[in-house]
Amino acid sequence: MTYLPYALAVWLFLVGLYGVVTSRNLIHLVVCLTVMQSSTYVLLLSVGYVNRATAPIFADVPKGTRAVDPVVQALTLTDVVVSVAIAGLLLALAIQLQKHHGTVDPDRLGELHG
Amino acid sequence: MSRSFRLGLFGVSAAGLAALLLWSVAGLPAFGHYQGPYGTILNSAAQDERHVTNAVAAVVFDYRGFDTLGEEFILFSAVLGVALLLREVRDEGIEGVDDAVRSDALRLAGLAFAGALLLLGLDVVAHGYISPGGGFQGGVIVATSVALVYLAADYRAYRRLARTPAVDFVKGTGAGAFAVIGVVSLLLGTAYLHNFGPLGSSGTLASGGSIAFVNVAAGLAVSAAFVLLFTEFLDEFAATRAKTRR
Repeated sequence: MTYLPYALAVWLFLVGLYGVVTSRNLIHLVVCLTVMQSSTYVLLLSVGYVNRATAPIFADVPKGTRAVDPVVQALTLTDVVVSVAIAGLLLALAIQLQKHHGTVDPDRLGELHG
Repeated sequence: MSRSFRLGLFGVSAAGLAALLLWSVAGLPAFGHYQGPYGTILNSAAQDERHVTNAVAAVVFDYRGFDTLGEEFILFSAVLGVALLLREVRDEGIEGVDDAVRSDALRLAGLAFAGALLLLGLDVVAHGYISPGGGFQGGVIVATSVALVYLAADYRAYRRLARTPAVDFVKGTGAGAFAVIGVVSLLLGTAYLHNFGPLGSSGTLASGGSIAFVNVAAGLAVSAAFVLLFTEFLDEFAATRAKTRR
């Protein structure tokens, strides 16, 4: 069972990728992309986890208490912010496509001209 | 390429990718058996060298501060991109949108929550290097309190609160201050974004040296970035509303 969190990360990545590949709607595609990105949160946090350790916050625990890796937690924080920023940018692109071409179906984008 | 052919191709390559990914994670140390030295070192260094009790904040705003500056500018340019794509000439919002919340109870409760949420956000930003939180998390909570004004009142009230030039200014100031703090480190003869200032005593607001300044700069930049994101999408929505009404 010790590899279950990693397997979960792989599963999230693949199921998100499946959604991206089969998507018929760009809004749905952006949601699938965020699912893919959540796999990286799970992977990062799992890599830094230490058995029977606390969060790396030492405000109310004695010095030297065993804690999980703060580096991967900081990376996850970066990851979440970037994920939201990119989702916002992609949704704005989807709005523009809908406005100018009247479709958010990626399969119909190939037919568009100008 | 037909849809079924594409799906078949995806099925084959995804199976291969799954096998490779599972093979590679099987090579990682078992879950909970962390082996890297950096986390352990930083957990004690954050307390001894920087006098902060939140090691994650020490990594984000100090040890990996330069990376966070990069992240800050990813957020900055993404919001800039959204604004470029969606913003038309309308600094003060769209006229003629009628989406006021009619229930007095909902308005009252919503606006009361917005105030409480704003305070919570500021608290999370301020104590970022002591307890869980920081400029990024607190900034998002502050932005949420502004969005709550839209949910509890209406678009016009939201737009009176979130005036585009003011929010743009806060966003620029936050992101700029982050970069300028790094220059101050250079002027003091250390590496870019190297910690400076008195370290203070652990567990109080006066601790962590320049981490406190970087933290507040990130809080400003992040809250303004998210308010701008909401504003652009809300403007878009309001413009559509106003058009269909006419």
